[in-house]
Amino acid sequence: MADFVNYILNIEGSWFGYVVAALVAAVLILHVVAVGALLFIWMERKISGRIQDRLGPTRVGGKFGWLQTLADGIKLIAKEDVTPDLADKFLFKIAPYVGLAASYAAFIALPFADGVVGLHINTAVFFVLAVLGLEVFSVILAGYASGSKWSLFGAMREAAQVVSYEVPLGMCVVVPVMICGTMNLTTIANMQAGFLTNWLVFNDPFTFLTAIVYFTCATAGVNRAPFDLAEAESELVAGFHTEYSGLRWSLFFMAEYSSMFIVSALASILFFGGPHGPIPVTEILGFAGDSLGNPGMEAFSEETAKNDGFFAATQFGLILSRIIGVVNLLIKGCIGVTVMMWVRWSFPRLRIDQVMTMCLKYCVPLAAIGFLGATTWQALDLPTGTTLTGSHRYEYHELWTAGLKDKVLLDQDETADSSEAPIPHENDTQTEVNKVPLKTVPVSVLKGGER
Amino acid sequence: MDLIAVAWPYWHQFFFIIFAATAVGFGFGVLLSKNVVRMAFYLVLSLGSTAGLFFLAGAEFVGAMQLMIYVGGTLVLLIFGVMLTAQKDFINMDTHTQDWILATIVGGSLLMVLLFAAFGADDWSTPQDINDAQVEATKEATPLGLALTGIRVDKLGDSGDAVDDGKSGYLMPFIIVSIHLLVVLIGAAYMARTKKLSHATDDKSSRAKLMLFKMEHESEQLEEETYVVTHRGKSALNPLDPQNEN
Amino acid sequence: MLLIGTVSVSWYLAVGAVLFVLGAVCMATKRNLLGVLMGVELVLNGANMNFIAFGSKVLRPEGSLGLDGQLIALFVIVLAAAEAAVALAIALNFYNNHNTVDVDRANELNG
Repeated sequence: MADFVNYILNIEGSWFGYVVAALVAAVLILHVVAVGALLFIWMERKISGRIQDRLGPTRVGGKFGWLQTLADGIKLIAKEDVTPDLADKFLFKIAPYVGLAASYAAFIALPFADGVVGLHINTAVFFVLAVLGLEVFSVILAGYASGSKWSLFGAMREAAQVVSYEVPLGMCVVVPVMICGTMNLTTIANMQAGFLTNWLVFNDPFTFLTAIVYFTCATAGVNRAPFDLAEAESELVAGFHTEYSGLRWSLFFMAEYSSMFIVSALASILFFGGPHGPIPVTEILGFAGDSLGNPGMEAFSEETAKNDGFFAATQFGLILSRIIGVVNLLIKGCIGVTVMMWVRWSFPRLRIDQVMTMCLKYCVPLAAIGFLGATTWQALDLPTGTTLTGSHRYEYHELWTAGLKDKVLLDQDETADSSEAPIPHENDTQTEVNKVPLKTVPVSVLKGGER
Repeated sequence: MDLIAVAWPYWHQFFFIIFAATAVGFGFGVLLSKNVVRMAFYLVLSLGSTAGLFFLAGAEFVGAMQLMIYVGGTLVLLIFGVMLTAQKDFINMDTHTQDWILATIVGGSLLMVLLFAAFGADDWSTPQDINDAQVEATKEATPLGLALTGIRVDKLGDSGDAVDDGKSGYLMPFIIVSIHLLVVLIGAAYMARTKKLSHATDDKSSRAKLMLFKMEHESEQLEEETYVVTHRGKSALNPLDPQNEN
Repeated sequence: MLLIGTVSVSWYLAVGAVLFVLGAVCMATKRNLLGVLMGVELVLNGANMNFIAFGSKVLRPEGSLGLDGQLIALFVIVLAAAEAAVALAIALNFYNNHNTVDVDRANELNG
């Protein structure tokens, strides 16, 4: 992107291209947050209406009430921004922004398709989860700073709940990371390319279990019903946002809906194939080219542009396949959000002790079983439902330990291969991998044998 | 057009200044603020910026862990404790002036020594040329994980007694830390236990089971425990509460 | 000067030093038990910054600690979590028994 801008303006290596590229990415993500919230709030109303045998919004903006949320947004902006006397003014004002910033920042590392990502981070899974976890501060600060008992109770519940549910959530997320052998979300998504059956959820029974537990814990983690104890209307008035009104109140909701989308998108990347649809249309038609094996491949290269002209440097097939990938991921994320809404309007809210019991007595043991089961499945090399595309998991692991093995076995002759410690993920291409003898023994087995 | 055509490859410095300024600035905020809740908030921002600096230095896994464990876990716990104890008298506590003076003198001299040490060694203060491919390879988390299980893939070329015996890995410290965490959890659960009262033991067995679960998992679970304890302590079971003496 | 120069390990060490000193002063001056705890967190982060800087191949390709720096930083983070859990348990216990979080009033064991 930066190269592209700099090429168009004919300024090589300038800061301008980078700034423009960053701004474009930021604005695009902002649209996912803001427009997504508009859409999701409308969906929430329609779905809740249908579930309760009502019509939902029907007037504003045509038959289906498309513009209802926009009208509400205008109303909220025009509303007076009230700050209670007892509130800690500074924290009260800043709390909604903290939440929005946290859920917005989590999008940085979320790959919408192969290469369509704000920032390539090797530990993207943990980064997304960690940043999303910061959203809890907005609720805690809002609850405390409001100077109201209801808000404080809501914040207390939120703190206890979110921190507890991070444990099973983390344990579930580790399963795909373990199977794919990487924490890079792009790589995890690309490994699941191909038909429906290649999705990790169908890898073995334990990943299926893990996917369900993940989604449950994610629902609790983003503070959605039936786990929305922090804003239990029947007990706490409105919980942590009792004292908020107007724009600040709507920011909380924007943060909530965008974090709902993030956890759904994360679920789809980890378990449901991410940007790869149930039928690999783009791969069959050959649009994607050889981009799958090269996560960092750019759709536009400045060097080719200089030599062969603009059109040679732009790979339209690749761009098209990425657009389809983005659409796939957005659809999957929306399905996840819809399921969350469906759950919200179908189940009654849990009590706080039930929430804790659910986490400690059911989710954590189930996540542990899923983790141990999936590990055992991999270690015993049992048949899996998936053929992970371009899976270098064993090869990668072999690469890391290959040198060690040589060292142990040959001992004296260590100058040969072992001194050049191989750098996997860098030499991603097949030829490089082939240099090292491949084995299909999981690293754990190998290691256990050696040590 | 001249301005935007300037090649400016100093992004590392740019972000370093941003993150360092926020880390240090909010660090000062922690020190100078009197309100304990605001201190906690500034601490969150300061540690978050520190995580940004970790990312900048190429330690992506540690940065993510800092955000996840430190900011997302430990500080939530801390803020939780702050909120439980933030009664009127304890929100704003003044420091004695003599404490300030003494601490400033000692801290200032300590800072002088540390800065002198930091810029004293030529090896540290001289920037080195960076090979991008090499840098990218160090950002992988796999070597870290393997090192925790005792395999040092980055030291395959080395030789020596310690390396040959497999002592360069971190398997032993890893296990020690695990056991340490277990001990800590048991100790913390013991410290934060509910004081024994007759009607407090109704659901004792279920609570014991809950506690077992917590010990087996993460330290953050402690928070739940303290939540239960303090709420009980405040509502009906606190022996210090004059309302409950009968 | 810094904006167009190159960031070296020393600058990271300087940030670490400032955080360390701020934490130490915070520990010394705060009367709130939890404020003291926050000082401890700052000190640990200042120390961690040094480990990361020394272990960073980005800043110092030659002669850096390599993985050891990152690993020790990881251990510090984990142990800090444990430390905070215990310290918080002590703080809450103290608060429950004495109805205060003022460290100056924790003087029962004075001779």
